[in-house]
Amino acid sequence: MATQTQVIVNPATRRGWLDHVQDWVTTVDHKKIGLMYIGYALIFLVIAGLEAILMRIQLLVPNNNFVSPQVFNRLFTMHGTTMVFFVGMPILFGFGNYLVPLMIGARDMAFPRLNAFSFWVSAFGGLLLYFSYFAGSGLYGAGTAPDVGWFAYAPLTARVFSPGHSTDYWTLSIFISGIGSIGTALNIVATTLCMRCPGMKLSRMPLLVWLYLVTSGLVFVTISPLTAAQIMLCIDRYLGGHFFDTQAGGSAVLWMHFFWIFGHPEVYILVLPAFAFANEIIPVFSRKAIFGYPAMVAASVGIGFVSLSVWAHHMFTVGMGPGPNAFFTFSTMVISVPTGIKIFNWLATLWGGNIHFTTPMKFAIGFLFQFLIAGLTGIMLSVSPFDWQLGNSYFVVAHFHYVLVGAILFMIFSAFYYWYPKMTGRMLSDKLGSWHFWLFLIGFHLTFDFMHIPGLLGMPRRIYTYEADRGWEIWNIIVSSGAVFQAVATLIFVWNMIASYFKGEKSGPDPWDAWTLEWTTSSPPPSYNFATLPVVESRRPLWDRKHPEEPDSQYE
Amino acid sequence: MSTAVALAHEQIGEWKQPSRGIVGMACLVIAESAIFIIFVVAYLFYIGKSLRGPTPREVLEIPWFASICLLSSSITVHFAVHDLRHSRIGRFITWLAATVLLGGIFLAATAMEWYDLIYHYGLTIRTNLFGTTFYSLVGLHASHVIVGLIMLGLALVFAFFGKVNAHHAERLEVVSIYWHFVDAVWVVVFTVVYIIGR
Repeated sequence: MATQTQVIVNPATRRGWLDHVQDWVTTVDHKKIGLMYIGYALIFLVIAGLEAILMRIQLLVPNNNFVSPQVFNRLFTMHGTTMVFFVGMPILFGFGNYLVPLMIGARDMAFPRLNAFSFWVSAFGGLLLYFSYFAGSGLYGAGTAPDVGWFAYAPLTARVFSPGHSTDYWTLSIFISGIGSIGTALNIVATTLCMRCPGMKLSRMPLLVWLYLVTSGLVFVTISPLTAAQIMLCIDRYLGGHFFDTQAGGSAVLWMHFFWIFGHPEVYILVLPAFAFANEIIPVFSRKAIFGYPAMVAASVGIGFVSLSVWAHHMFTVGMGPGPNAFFTFSTMVISVPTGIKIFNWLATLWGGNIHFTTPMKFAIGFLFQFLIAGLTGIMLSVSPFDWQLGNSYFVVAHFHYVLVGAILFMIFSAFYYWYPKMTGRMLSDKLGSWHFWLFLIGFHLTFDFMHIPGLLGMPRRIYTYEADRGWEIWNIIVSSGAVFQAVATLIFVWNMIASYFKGEKSGPDPWDAWTLEWTTSSPPPSYNFATLPVVESRRPLWDRKHPEEPDSQYE
Repeated sequence: MSTAVALAHEQIGEWKQPSRGIVGMACLVIAESAIFIIFVVAYLFYIGKSLRGPTPREVLEIPWFASICLLSSSITVHFAVHDLRHSRIGRFITWLAATVLLGGIFLAATAMEWYDLIYHYGLTIRTNLFGTTFYSLVGLHASHVIVGLIMLGLALVFAFFGKVNAHHAERLEVVSIYWHFVDAVWVVVFTVVYIIGR
């Protein structure tokens, strides 16, 4: 395929930078919108990463005064909110926007203008959240950025306990970014169901597209309850309603339910796209078709459904009684079954394959192991008596960071190394990629393996400092030192992306000898994607073209 | 890739996929349903938990007439789409105007109910939990009625000026799905607020 390299002459090179800005601001091209999603998420990734580093410096030694308790509260609130709503969601929507139409042989999304609207609404949501640092105090001179934690339990969010506008900025930014998420999810579903190229039956869709379909379906039933809860909070704060006002008979526990009905499926909204990347990357570098395609689809849909019935395992310590505790323990354990199916299918794909340890594959293998461990601590925490002991401790923080960083972020890095050549036409440096992988791996394990231990020793989350005689010092030093490795590795990654954009090796249309339709286009693809719409006969259309003597369509 | 093998096109046959407008609206309906479910759950959860009056039984009257108007507008919008598809523009405009009128009557009835509650019974959104949940659930529904009326009203204005023909039937159908959804939600809200909650 390398012989097909095209020289791309860009007619835009001689225009002024204002024309480029106008191009990007007014575009409705799914690829440009996808790239903007990714770029904006990366900016917030750096900001929220810096917030994490500040918190780790504060917790490095006991009785530290690096930041004040008030600043620390704002840091963990902003870190959590940013990472979930303005890093995780947009980066995954960005890849989805870029890849879904290309993979199903479409020229754009179903609703291109809605797509642009969704992006800009989400982007302004992020700006609004950070604008709180300047405007949060309002006329009251109270508070700056939100400091109520990322799940903002009542009654902390009531006017009395949260004067000023910090909580309003939190509510509104999540509300409007939620509108953007629903718009993009709607777009992905309509694109997948209505825009497939001839022959691309649902049973032949790349697994990535299937997983984005499930994720988008989850967005409708997950983000909407959060939106509803934010409307209620606005009614409470602005109109004097009593939804979460315990003084007037309202219930603080109701907010917890509403938040976690969103909050837990949200984890799956974030992790399913990571699974989606693994589904594409692991087979290509094992030089085998994915093992158990129908089982993978069924497991994904199963995860989507079961994830809607596990939310209250975040509330074991509230005291819900034996019935709900038993139910949510059970449902949480059940969800590990479809997840286990996926892990076994990936292992079976690797089994007997001709494995190429390229940078994306290294990250994917790291993902496999780390996701397994994250799942195992998840099963531990699903047992409600165990959770009573360790709820709200650093064990929980370590567990969910194992999922978010060890699984999701590793797979996002893998996706960057895999699709960067398609997006830019140049390869990322493999050498820098190796440095990035190994340093990040070491840093990740230093931080998050050892973070379980202070949790087991009783260190609660969200404390801004601690006494010297608790036995937590050495663990906190190790955890904080791991953050340094991760920061350096991320800087290498950023440098790799910038340097390779200008000097990277030319990739050609299909550098990985892959099998899905995006690799039939030039790199980067033309704005219309496909000059003539492709026609597919199997799950690996590009394999069929490369091996006409033995096409997949004979065996499926 | 142009040199790649020509695929057997004849095997594909006719390639049909659902309309993206209808799929998009169906997705929106699912997302909106989730929002309404949360408000309905909050309403049910807070029935009888207000610390002071007035209670629903004291102040609420069952809005039979308005409900009949809103539900029959589902039938009229269905006929409007049907007639537009068959290019019977005159009848289409009549049915669409009837739909807008019936929706308008419903909205006016809600406004009168609220006026009564606020000025005669002193029930506002801050009075008690009943007020908070009642105004937010019924208000959320009413705001959806307003959005629907704006869309149907625009279609009516365009139709008056002769800009609507049978090619637009699918688009009107997408709007009608939204309108049916608004009506279906009213059945739930009506049951919860005026039957169970009273």
